[in-house]
Amino acid sequence: MNYWPLLGVAVIVIGFALRFNAVPVVVSAALVSGLLAGLPVPDLLALLGNSFVSQRMLLLFVLTLPAIGLLERAGLREHAQRWMSRLQNMTLARLLIGYLLARQLLATLGLTSVAGAAQTVRPLLAPMGEAAAEKILPGLDQDDREELRAVAAATDNIGRFFGEDVFIALGAVLLIQGFYTQHGIDLSPLAIALWALPTAVAAFAIQSVRIWLYQRRLQRRAVARRADEA
Amino acid sequence: MLRIEYAYWLIAAFLLYSGWRNLRDGHGWHAAFWTVLGVLFGAGDFVIAQSAAGDALPARVAGVGVIALALIAPRLKRKAHPESSSAEQRLQSAIRLGHRLLVPALLIPLVTLLVALFGAHLVIGVHALFATPQMTLTGLALACVVALFAASRVARVPRHEGLAEGRRLLDAIGWAVLLPLLLAALGQVFTRSGVGAAIAAIATDFLPTGNAAAALLTFALGMVLFTVIMGNAFAAFPVMMAGIGLPLLVREHGAHPAILGSMGMLCGYCGTLLTPMAADYNLVPAALLELRNPYGVIKAQVWSALWIFISTFLVMWVLVFH
Repeated sequence: MNYWPLLGVAVIVIGFALRFNAVPVVVSAALVSGLLAGLPVPDLLALLGNSFVSQRMLLLFVLTLPAIGLLERAGLREHAQRWMSRLQNMTLARLLIGYLLARQLLATLGLTSVAGAAQTVRPLLAPMGEAAAEKILPGLDQDDREELRAVAAATDNIGRFFGEDVFIALGAVLLIQGFYTQHGIDLSPLAIALWALPTAVAAFAIQSVRIWLYQRRLQRRAVARRADEA
Repeated sequence: MLRIEYAYWLIAAFLLYSGWRNLRDGHGWHAAFWTVLGVLFGAGDFVIAQSAAGDALPARVAGVGVIALALIAPRLKRKAHPESSSAEQRLQSAIRLGHRLLVPALLIPLVTLLVALFGAHLVIGVHALFATPQMTLTGLALACVVALFAASRVARVPRHEGLAEGRRLLDAIGWAVLLPLLLAALGQVFTRSGVGAAIAAIATDFLPTGNAAAALLTFALGMVLFTVIMGNAFAAFPVMMAGIGLPLLVREHGAHPAILGSMGMLCGYCGTLLTPMAADYNLVPAALLELRNPYGVIKAQVWSALWIFISTFLVMWVLVFH
């Protein structure tokens, strides 16, 4: 067993820990691992080039940028904020938990590209969340706003991840089934997907509680501030 | 017929446009970066076709292009373009346009959804409108174009202004857009270099696997750790299954294969929430949402990931050996 290619992992860990620019860190790690594994340079270049272009779908989100940019210039985020502040019964927790539920259900049906950081979080969920948080604690500072946006992005990720595993025709389930078939164990996709349900429910409950705790923290700060002022 | 390749060409065109605009503004490094990336996107199909036909030269040139991007990336200063409209103008426009602004934004998920649900049934004459591979993503690309047209109509702004705004956002995100692709490529290089096999060998040699519960915990934590390293639970799964899951847990301790596979994979997903290697979920959103801390999204996910892991592991432990 050749353990030297593991140094590529070390390059990643050190580079990310020291917060170097991630792009050269990742490319160096690939070159280090490949060279230490004894891949000839031309093969390594071809592997790098081929793997890169075969993952182009990962950049699809940039196509949302012109439409989103245009709408933001025309006041989309301002409108989302104004709208939120008019809705009396829509609290921050209800907004985020409602989004979590919708995202998870859509992912359960295999519809993962319908929402996402570029499609829904930046233009809609984040500004609406900020407006809902402003209702609780007026005058949020920059740190609070960034934390809120991070919570919105986290909610989007968690809803997606722990919904998509329940969908039978998507990557994860087919990968598991394929692995077992290769090793002589036959399983139906449904039998695999069903066992993702307990975690799907747990993930929904856990993230919902965390959102609710986050909202309560803002509420307590608001109470403390009012007490200070009084 | 609409194929996913058209979406790649659209992206290439947008990237080349961004490069050209940066060149005109005198931002040489940005111009070079987007142009090289745009060329890689436009030439991608050719590279893949030539590789399949046995000609590795275009792929090698693409590899050199990737290294060039890595050399340019540190020179890109994150520059905030001046906002093209003032807060006051945006507020006035928001008040004037009201809910109409939401329509194009909602068209993106809506059109994607419609294509995902009904795309397979749409035909013109005898030709299917959408090619089957990656149909939902093709739908997303179509949705973005539809949304741009709708947005320019609603806001009464010419469409090319949309491109300019898009380029402004693209420059603001900067080199972070590249990370998902690079990390996916790194995963493939790791696999070919035997990194996965080496880690699995260490895991099976040195970790306690004697009793069933200890082996299960090793398997679950291994899934998390390996996903953190590779950035993808799909890369971790075959390695951990072949190393511990199948020989030890299923064959020796009689673990239920469907439960082990499904919940083991979900343990890996908890790792995805923790790692900068999963750039498309963790780093790109942080850049898109203009967080100053690139690890801000991961920070918001740590406790959720931990609790979801604990609950998944406990359920798996209770159920898997029956």
